[in-house]
Amino acid sequence: MTDTNELIRLSAADLAAKLSAGDVTSVEVTQAYLDRIAAVDGQVNAFLHVNAEEALAVAAEVDAIRAAGGAAAEELHELAGVPIAVKDLIVTIGQPTTAGSKILEGWHSPYDATVIKKLRAAKMPILGKTNLDEFAMGSSTEHSAYGPTRNPWDLERIPGGSGGGSAAAVAAFEAPLALGTDTGGSIRQPGAVTGTVGVKPTYGAVSRYGAIAMASSLDQIGPVSRTVLDSALLQEVIGGHDPQDSTSLTDPFDNLVAAARTGNVEGMKIGIIKELHGEGYQAGVENRFNESLELLKDAGAEIVEVSCPNFKYALGAYYLIMPSEVSSNLAKFDGVRFGLRVLPKEGPMTIERVMGATRAAGFGDEVKRRIILGTYALSAGYYDAYYGSAQKVRTLIQRDFDAAFAQADVLISPTAPTTAFKLGEKLNDPLAMYLNDVATIPANMAGVPGLSLPGGLADEDGLPVGIQLLAPAREDARLYRVGAVLESLLEEKWGGPLLDRAPELQAPALDAANTVGGSN
Amino acid sequence: MAAINRDDVAHLARLAHIEMSAEELDRMAGELAVIVDSVKSVSEAAGDDVPATSHPIPLSNVFREDVVGHTFTAEQALSGAPDAAEDRFKVPAILDED
Repeated sequence: MTDTNELIRLSAADLAAKLSAGDVTSVEVTQAYLDRIAAVDGQVNAFLHVNAEEALAVAAEVDAIRAAGGAAAEELHELAGVPIAVKDLIVTIGQPTTAGSKILEGWHSPYDATVIKKLRAAKMPILGKTNLDEFAMGSSTEHSAYGPTRNPWDLERIPGGSGGGSAAAVAAFEAPLALGTDTGGSIRQPGAVTGTVGVKPTYGAVSRYGAIAMASSLDQIGPVSRTVLDSALLQEVIGGHDPQDSTSLTDPFDNLVAAARTGNVEGMKIGIIKELHGEGYQAGVENRFNESLELLKDAGAEIVEVSCPNFKYALGAYYLIMPSEVSSNLAKFDGVRFGLRVLPKEGPMTIERVMGATRAAGFGDEVKRRIILGTYALSAGYYDAYYGSAQKVRTLIQRDFDAAFAQADVLISPTAPTTAFKLGEKLNDPLAMYLNDVATIPANMAGVPGLSLPGGLADEDGLPVGIQLLAPAREDARLYRVGAVLESLLEEKWGGPLLDRAPELQAPALDAANTVGGSN
Repeated sequence: MAAINRDDVAHLARLAHIEMSAEELDRMAGELAVIVDSVKSVSEAAGDDVPATSHPIPLSNVFREDVVGHTFTAEQALSGAPDAAEDRFKVPAILDED
């Protein structure tokens, strides 16, 4: 048997190969991850719930099928037995779903999200639910009602958001894979600041059924992993048409893994977006970005510059459209059908007053800000100037993408303008927090797919930098093809994965006694 | 475009059914004024000739067969309700006494 410390550092693809070869069992793998969670999650706080019993049961089932052999073993999915963590915005039977909010504390969904049904069908053990900014609103996980997640590269820094829990879990080797959701960058920006891979698929490529809605026209579930190939494998598991999501696409997305294994960018045109680098971007981010461009050029890609002049309006338009949809989507938290109910301290107990008291106590500041902002943007007299204008900007951004993709096969930019900042640094300045998503938001506005992969460490602080690739709608395969090439060129340069350079997380002495099996 | 003030926030909070303290209203009004100011350039970005986009990837006529699909039992539907009686959600009084 492989040493457990080695086991948890394997990619999902390598784990899958070892499982099917019989070198290791799924119970051993799943237990190794549960032990790692027990050892380090006290410091990282990536998990809101650990699902040990069910995960081990699924693992044992896979092992039994493999041991018995025959047709059932042959039919096992490639990733069967490979564990996964799930962002706590996605509903699951048998585990609580909180959305990082007090209003849903202890709530259990009576149904599984479509992506969860697909994980169960593939027999992937679900390790637990990961932390997030409340209702996925934020770029640091500091808006979680259950405390922030910490960045495994530096525990005093943010892991990005809203999916900081999923990204940190994967970066800290607490899971080989995770699910995230991306409304304005919530998969890609955490990927960038934790040195991991995250993909926002084409809008509609993965069913949103069972993802608690923040902004329905922007939300998208996607994979979180340590390698480009692992994200491709996971997107193929969770993707596909779903009649329960009326925005789900019927197009097949079955060429992603093959694209990740193609490994060739010769003759491809890669477009630098003039508006998404330079001023406002940290020097170390800019340096790693330029380095990636050189590597792609050396591999035979043609680098061209494209201009997307309307991207400068994207952040503003996003902060009108998203809160408008938030104010509508979150109206269902009324203290009647599910979740918290708080009674007013005095006066008549009418539904209106109960609702007001419930939402006051159940929602955090950022959620309240966005609901109020959305209610404002949608109110009579302001609708045309705000929501209407923002929807027109959405058209302009789509036109910019169309023009850019006429000149280039994929576009490239830094994923985020800076590396991970300190916890608390931007918490009281909402606008500064919003600026973290300036490079990721345009993709959500246009529905196009985006991938973030590690581009190295910034010179000034030694923290991870993310490189973002963008492709036309329905062309997710291009992201995996270019991403896999860039990843292998960079790893060749570094002499191994970037995460090998992350500091070792030490289990606190007191907790070490409690870990099962105690490796090392 | 008009700036957002404390009275606006109080009105919006009532519409959104979120009770707010005086201190919260002051803070929220200040923060929202900054945010609204930063997004106002959006209203000048596009001319009248630009159509609005409500959905990133347009689909039309997404229908299903008109047959009963999966439904929850009353027990499942009520499993997360703060209050229920006789297989129904129990709602606080809709009308005030006076």
